[in-house]
Amino acid sequence: MSSVQEASTETTEVKEQKEFEGDADEQFGESFGADPTRYTFYRDRKEWADLEPVPQDDGPNPVVKIAYSDKFADVYDYFRALLKKDEKSERALALTADAIELNAANYTVWHYRRVLLQALSKDLREEMKYITNIIEEQPKNYQVWHHRRMVVEWLNDPSEELEFIADILSQDAKNYHAWQHRQWVIQEYKLWDKELEFVETLLEEDVRNNSAWNQRHFVISHTTGFSDPAVVQREIQYCLNQIRKAPHNESAWNYLKGMLQDRGLSSQPGLLEKVLELKETHCSPYLLAFLFDCYEDALEFSSQKENTEQEQKETLKKALEICELLAQEKDTIRKEYWQFLGRSVKNKYGGDGPSVAEEAKPSVPASETS
Amino acid sequence: IAQLKDVIIKPDAPSSLLLDKHADYIAAYGSKKDDYVNNIHLKYDNAIGKMDTINVDKAVEFVLSCMNFDGGFGCRPGSESHAGQIYCCTGFLSLTGQLHQLNADLLGWWLCERQLPSGGLNGRPEKLPDVCYSWWVLASLKIIGRIHWIDKAKLRRFILACQDEETGGFADRPGDMVDPFHTLFGVAGLSLLGDEQIKAVNPVLCMPEDVLQRIGLQPDLLS
Repeated sequence: MSSVQEASTETTEVKEQKEFEGDADEQFGESFGADPTRYTFYRDRKEWADLEPVPQDDGPNPVVKIAYSDKFADVYDYFRALLKKDEKSERALALTADAIELNAANYTVWHYRRVLLQALSKDLREEMKYITNIIEEQPKNYQVWHHRRMVVEWLNDPSEELEFIADILSQDAKNYHAWQHRQWVIQEYKLWDKELEFVETLLEEDVRNNSAWNQRHFVISHTTGFSDPAVVQREIQYCLNQIRKAPHNESAWNYLKGMLQDRGLSSQPGLLEKVLELKETHCSPYLLAFLFDCYEDALEFSSQKENTEQEQKETLKKALEICELLAQEKDTIRKEYWQFLGRSVKNKYGGDGPSVAEEAKPSVPASETS
Repeated sequence: IAQLKDVIIKPDAPSSLLLDKHADYIAAYGSKKDDYVNNIHLKYDNAIGKMDTINVDKAVEFVLSCMNFDGGFGCRPGSESHAGQIYCCTGFLSLTGQLHQLNADLLGWWLCERQLPSGGLNGRPEKLPDVCYSWWVLASLKIIGRIHWIDKAKLRRFILACQDEETGGFADRPGDMVDPFHTLFGVAGLSLLGDEQIKAVNPVLCMPEDVLQRIGLQPDLLS
């Protein structure tokens, strides 16, 4: 699957060729001749003369032939030559850095670099510095993060990770790769201790950071879990506090619902009342949707409680009113969905009673779609 | 407190489909139409033959383990729900005949929540809309049979506003630079919305339906 917005900003398009900075070439000073800023193609370097460059084979019917620059083609022709020969050398390692600079998404190059690092017993601490720099430059690339993970595993040392990832997140608090790497590090090396605190710091900065809310769920579900009533109470309180600060907050409401839905929304004493209170001053489509979910849950589990038929009817009426309100006024863009919910709940729990005023529609099964 | 993330569509944004402009834009990238068809035909002959080389049950198990508390899917278990990942998962479950394992109502709700007041779709909560999500989200909704939960007129208006009237092509959002990636997904999204000027596009494989019919490939969709 090609890459996705936010996970990677470009797909297989070749990025703009960067001006060559020359660091990797310092090991091969002869490549520059007298002028250190003049770049020499590999095909013109004496010390590479033993290798026959291998051009790229696009097959008989190339569909989208990429217009590689001379420099790009030259580096990669020599990369293919190294692969073909299975050469494990310092010069090969240096070339991988050039190849990576031209296209850091080429996983074949990264793989070969890892093979070389092992074969040449390279200093992995130096490699950590290298990969740190690359990620800082290109934080939305899959391969660089994977490479870092491999080096951390080889070193069996996660001690720099949380701080490094925090730095990347300070530049983009929702970087999907960064969060994924963070989850891996925490889970692999059991670094749960301070993570909830970290999440709270991020939510202080931006209470709408969905990644942070996701991380909150991740941390709690892997530590205390959500079965402990004290934890659930604390989390409910936390959510409601955040909602008071920023009522129109999809993430907070999703989190609340997600945390409670398996246990049953209506099983939380006092929650419905708190939400009804909030409705007066901090209403939002999410609050109304949550209310609906509470009512639906109450209808579902009424057999286990001692609700009278009258109470059932009242609850159903309130649920249908919410659907109507959302469809007609508060969240009209999702009208079809709210009407679907209204019909579903009416069909399931409606019995014979007359419905609340809603768009006249013939009775249809809950699974109906147009 | 950070404000709701969305874009404003200006009154002078493009409001009709500039098909000829887009054809010129893509043609300038140098690909010949016929090559696409031949190449894809070969690819799918291969793809169909190789399904039995993977352990489908284990793969399905893994995908389902990536289902989150909000009904969406992330990259790995615990990862944040993301429309791109959801597209991959629903497509995968379609190709393996396992769509029934989804909670289509819950997932459909998460997906239709991606629609912002501007009409555009984002990829996860509290992020800006992006025309490529007109594909990732819309195709996912189509696969699970809930595409009508999106306001189609508003989405169409957003997609059209992402066109560049001068160069042709689509950008991620109105006013930005165009690129082939967003052009593909803008056009494909419009097709899913029923634009008659564009061929029907299959939501699972993002390919013209007539190509798939020719090779006899019809992935499952929920109704």
